Amino acid sequence: MVRFFKYLLIAGYIAGLLVVSHWIGQQAFTWMPSEATAEAQKVDELFSFLVSIGTFIFLGLNSMMLYSVIFFRAPKEDYTEGHPSRGDVRLEILWTATPILLVVWIAFQGFNIYQQLNIIGLQQIVHLHTPLQSQRVYAAEISDVPKPASETIEVFVKQWDWSFCYANNVISHELHLPVNLTTRLNMHAKDVLHSFYVPEFRLQQYIVPGRNIDLVLTPIRTGKYHLKDSLFSGTYFALLDANVYVESPQKYNQWLNQTAAQEPTSATNQAVAEHNQPPKTWFKTSWYTVTPAPPYVITGKERVSNDT
Amino acid sequence: MTHNSLEKITEVRQSVNNWRRYFSFSTDHKVIGVQYMVTTFIFFLIGGLLAMIIRAELITPELNVVDRPLYNGLFTMHGTIMIFLWIIPFNAGISNYLVPLMIGARDMAFPLLNAISFWIIPAASILLLSSFLLPNGTAQSGWWSYPPISLQIPPGQPFNGEFFWIVSLLLIGISSIMGAINFVTTIFWMRAPGMTFFRMPVFVWSVLSAQLLQLINLPSLTGALILLLFDLAFGTHFFKPLEGGDPIIYQHLFWFYSHPAVYIMALPAFGIFAEVLPAFSRNPLFGYRSLAIASLGIAVVSIFVWVHHMFTSATPGWMRMTFMVTSMLVAVPTGVKAFGWTATIWKSKLHLETPMLFAMGGAAMFIFGGITGVMLAAMPFDLHVHNTYFVVGHFHYIVFNTITMAIFAAIYFWFPKITGRMYAEGWGKLHFWLTFIPANITFFSMHPLGLQGMLRRVSSYDSQYQGWNIIASIGAFLLGASTLPFIANIVGSWLYGPKAVDNPWHASGLEWTTSSPPPPDNFEEIPIVKRPPYDYGNPKYSVIEPTDDNESGG
Repeated sequence: MVRFFKYLLIAGYIAGLLVVSHWIGQQAFTWMPSEATAEAQKVDELFSFLVSIGTFIFLGLNSMMLYSVIFFRAPKEDYTEGHPSRGDVRLEILWTATPILLVVWIAFQGFNIYQQLNIIGLQQIVHLHTPLQSQRVYAAEISDVPKPASETIEVFVKQWDWSFCYANNVISHELHLPVNLTTRLNMHAKDVLHSFYVPEFRLQQYIVPGRNIDLVLTPIRTGKYHLKDSLFSGTYFALLDANVYVESPQKYNQWLNQTAAQEPTSATNQAVAEHNQPPKTWFKTSWYTVTPAPPYVITGKERVSNDT
Repeated sequence: MTHNSLEKITEVRQSVNNWRRYFSFSTDHKVIGVQYMVTTFIFFLIGGLLAMIIRAELITPELNVVDRPLYNGLFTMHGTIMIFLWIIPFNAGISNYLVPLMIGARDMAFPLLNAISFWIIPAASILLLSSFLLPNGTAQSGWWSYPPISLQIPPGQPFNGEFFWIVSLLLIGISSIMGAINFVTTIFWMRAPGMTFFRMPVFVWSVLSAQLLQLINLPSLTGALILLLFDLAFGTHFFKPLEGGDPIIYQHLFWFYSHPAVYIMALPAFGIFAEVLPAFSRNPLFGYRSLAIASLGIAVVSIFVWVHHMFTSATPGWMRMTFMVTSMLVAVPTGVKAFGWTATIWKSKLHLETPMLFAMGGAAMFIFGGITGVMLAAMPFDLHVHNTYFVVGHFHYIVFNTITMAIFAAIYFWFPKITGRMYAEGWGKLHFWLTFIPANITFFSMHPLGLQGMLRRVSSYDSQYQGWNIIASIGAFLLGASTLPFIANIVGSWLYGPKAVDNPWHASGLEWTTSSPPPPDNFEEIPIVKRPPYDYGNPKYSVIEPTDDNESGG
């Protein structure tokens, strides 16, 4: 009878743990920035799933430790044995099998969601094919096939400036994207490694100098977002950002046409400004820094670059 | 015991208590062990001080404490010091002290090589720290030193911070490889009669696994650093993309070592948990064989995980998927360990002395760090949080909340053995709570910051992130303050603490069968091992030692 109640208690505890874990997993959606791409929803679903499982394991193991700390304390001078059990084969098989099953489950979910993300990522630059592999097989890699997109925007990044060149040769320091349309970003780094990151898009992609890096995404929510360089790029790394506007196709085309009709204007750049007039800090050094290159001139009528 | 033999023991103890030998070129593994531990603790303090300056800068969104080049130098040196001059060499120190004692050997296999391995560390560290005095300061490209940014040097200055950084790391690498050869040889060939592999403590299994990883993986970092040095100083183009080089290859070479490096740091910590938890639970280590084999399992799997640092890099889909699965597989042997620790504690007789508090706290926090590690291995999620504070938070849950907590557990646990004196328990407990709570405040705060998109390595940030940053900084300052009672306790107890008995915790390891501190040759006679490790369940081996009036036990 006592054993029955014990099992009932354990079952009740596990059920409670499952409920709490599921609830915390659902809360996880609110811990992230708003979802602005179709891809973001999938990533958040995966995160919620991971938080649920993680909470179950964390609370499960730590509550066992806490329970032991509270109820199984030894009297001060009692150095006699606790429970002299060295192991239990069934238990050890169980707790080896459990993480294996969890890993398979999590990996399956990750793979599934990666497939649904529907992103090209970047063109392969690491081809680990052996000489015995034919070129034909290699060429058939899915990620080498260009993915269709409604819009293509060239993205240029350097220390410390983002610029974007649109189909009508407009150059801007703002990234404008039409909502609900697939856009290809052809990304180019001028000097060091950079990384494209908009938290609301849930995507990061390194941009390697000398390589054409493709990223295809579909924004689903209009609004203003913040593009950051997420890979450390030197002295003014923190200042390397740009505004991203996701807008209706009409508004997007209107902006393109308006900007195309504008006279070229010079852009402001935070890194250049700070390099010329450093902010006051308690500790100051004269350590070396790369001089930030002037930004591209914003141009509509004629594409001009004063990039040095 | 006769009067003469008592005199002899006193004489030997006086000779081993002579503090001057810790400043000498000694080939005694115990002296070298202490030299490693004390030296690296100084670097822990320096690295911690740099971290507090970083956290001071991050209290406000704007730049107002240090300028940007200095900030970049600070986080570069903080990471480098904490990994290469604190955790890895500290582990070498504690392993140096304990492994021969635990396996019943008189010393390491190559005592002279052992001493040289240690003395390279101060030389390399002086070189590294001296870069603060260079006209253009230290290296500024982060502890991973990705090219081509690490190759952007001041014109006309061949000896710059990056040069110093590379040469220092090469020297530290050479020291580590020497050490690894010594540990692996010692464990394979110097075990006492009867000390079979499955009678070795899990700590020794962990050291063996970690040092095998050093031997297998460290050469790739050494190779990468040599090529980087050539690019930096001799005009080659291995990693310069605009001259036909490939910086992604550097990332592969770097992470081939630097991810397993996490396990090189963590495995000895897991070994420490395996020694402390049974001793203070009065239990055999539950599932000893599983936990021993899991150490090797972690080492094997961790060789195949490096690409998960490069999911957002130039990595094709098939590679992303493969390494997502292999990275997650580490959860299996580490899960086995975590379950084993929990089962050891379960329904036992817990003594919550300071080493046990640190070990339990570290084990509990490892579960959190391990879970976020699996999250980061899940590739689609990593696409969002890569290079954000989520990674910083996860990493610090492993390197501080787990490994450094384990190191403190080890210091308190083996302090009586090393010094022959007891530490002050009250101060130890104060140190634990002043560490455990602020560490969680500091490093937990980094997770929501990362989820919201705050990037690592930024010296200024958007104002929306300020709240959690203030909390993290307050935690960091408290964490810095927590080392004060520790230092006071350790220094004071070493000088004036009550004398310890040989086995104050009534522990079962071989190291507790010799005197505290051990004599120069460790054992009066090489022991013959006839029993399994962690024999706490066998009353035959759980004898409480008699204590003299002028000595106090734990």
